[in-house]
Amino acid sequence: MDTAVDVPRRSALDALEAALPKIVLGPSLLVSLIFVYGFIAWTAVLSFTKSRMLPNYEFVGLYQYVTLFENERWWVALKNLCVFGGLFIFSCLAVGLILAILLDQKIRAEGWLRSIYLYPMALSFIVTGTAWKWILNPGLGVERVVQQLGFPGFTFDWLVNPQMSIYAVVIAGAWQSSGFVMALFLAGLRGIDDSIIKAAQVDGASMPRIYWSIIIPSLRPVFFSAVMILAHIAIKSFDLVMALTGGGPGFSSDVPATFMYAFGFTRNQVGLGAASAMMMLATVVAVIVPLMYSEVRRHRRG
Amino acid sequence: MAEFARAESAGGRAFGRLIVYGLLVLVAIYYLMPLFVMLTTSVKSLEEIRAGNLVALPTSITFDAWSKAWGTACTGADCSGLKGNFWASMSFVLPAVVISTLIGAFNGYVLTLWRFKGSDILFTTMLVGCFIPFQVVLLPMAQTLGWLGLANTTPGLVFVHVVYGLAFTTLFFRNFYVSVPEEMVKAARIDGAGFFTIFWRIILPLSPPIIVVCVIWQFTQIWNDFLFGVVFSGGERQPITVALNNLVNTSTGVKEYNVDMAAAIIAALPTLFVYVVAGKYFVRGLTAGSVKG
Repeated sequence: MDTAVDVPRRSALDALEAALPKIVLGPSLLVSLIFVYGFIAWTAVLSFTKSRMLPNYEFVGLYQYVTLFENERWWVALKNLCVFGGLFIFSCLAVGLILAILLDQKIRAEGWLRSIYLYPMALSFIVTGTAWKWILNPGLGVERVVQQLGFPGFTFDWLVNPQMSIYAVVIAGAWQSSGFVMALFLAGLRGIDDSIIKAAQVDGASMPRIYWSIIIPSLRPVFFSAVMILAHIAIKSFDLVMALTGGGPGFSSDVPATFMYAFGFTRNQVGLGAASAMMMLATVVAVIVPLMYSEVRRHRRG
Repeated sequence: MAEFARAESAGGRAFGRLIVYGLLVLVAIYYLMPLFVMLTTSVKSLEEIRAGNLVALPTSITFDAWSKAWGTACTGADCSGLKGNFWASMSFVLPAVVISTLIGAFNGYVLTLWRFKGSDILFTTMLVGCFIPFQVVLLPMAQTLGWLGLANTTPGLVFVHVVYGLAFTTLFFRNFYVSVPEEMVKAARIDGAGFFTIFWRIILPLSPPIIVVCVIWQFTQIWNDFLFGVVFSGGERQPITVALNNLVNTSTGVKEYNVDMAAAIIAALPTLFVYVVAGKYFVRGLTAGSVKG
């Protein structure tokens, strides 16, 4: 049917049509290559230079990293990340799992309760930080409430106590994120095959025993994703610390993200900021890659 | 599913249920407490706050703190409240959400129904963007925005949020379109339908659920963002999260806790509204966006 004139035009159009998927995906890929991979490389380069207020491409080897690890404030930030990350992940998992198990007991008004546990996830960490800063206010906050309940000697000054400020961040962080972990666990519990549990009941296993030996182990994939997400939130946590303590008192509640911001943007030490950013990336890689690797290997075997 | 309290005895069972309900309600009160404190504090007068009790109900209700937070409170040097920042946030959040969702939809469509050699690897390549801590791109991005003349502008923030939201939106749509049967597209292609016709006529009508999830996710993420806002914006055009943080952490003058709380609620209202109206989709987005990532 094709006429001689039509053929070349049709094939050019066909070629265009065939290339369309690649043309559509292309810009996003380019954006990702430049703004993710390229910028990581750029930050890496900056971290090997003398850059202070402005980027300066005079290379100084590992100088910035040496400076970083000689900086007391960086060590405080790292220690805080461990304390915050550990307690935050643990408390979210514990609260989330317990709430999910309780909610899974054929509860009336389950929808209402679930919505209440989850609404903090809709708030920004800045709002959460602002609210908890007020609640934990030494003098006017919880401290006074308990004092008025008849414990005049009660003190609760975590926000202004350099020894305790990072734990105040844990309280607010866990309040915000534990409901989300509950939702993950609840979805996992709903996905478990009832017949295994019935079989165990027939065999005479007690309910706590069934939970401990059958149900909780089968939630392993949920634990995996929850830990991954929580670790990610912990390493990136910036807003919450900024709103709640601003890294203070002094720099007692600094975390790597606030350190990076302080040095990279407000104290004009671009090279040092870049080095700390690279260390944050390294931490994420060190946490996520082994987790994913072990999970993928399990999948292949199972 | 399984129940804790097996029917050993009716009394024991009822007691077990009572404990379960008691615990759940206690925890619910704990979760609601900050919201309650924020609301009550925001309608109390400063005298009452200083003299009273954090968890007490207000003796008289005043909305002065609200109008001050909205119109005249000082965030840093600027004393025009949060209203400008509220609309500034809207002005970059909405375009960023629409653009990133649209591009994500097309990417997901290509990555599932128009797969080509190497497209899976490209997807994995893009997915890395979901995992990086954004601190690692901040310094180059600050300089690039400067070069492009986009530093401290609304288009600059739109750009940044689109660029770093793409990995998530692509993931959403890709995971959704994976379950669309390829035969449907093949049949349409045999009938002569092209790339955009199939998207428009077949795929888009299937997509409302994932569009809602993606829009809610992006809206919440971008509205609540603080890091990009504080680094890439300045002055009156600052996002509301940044303005709220400035307001709360200014050290000058009398600390007005009621204004702080009213401002915090104003900053939280849009996302809370979305949560109340479309909570089901919100939860779905949270789990889909993070579990499969």
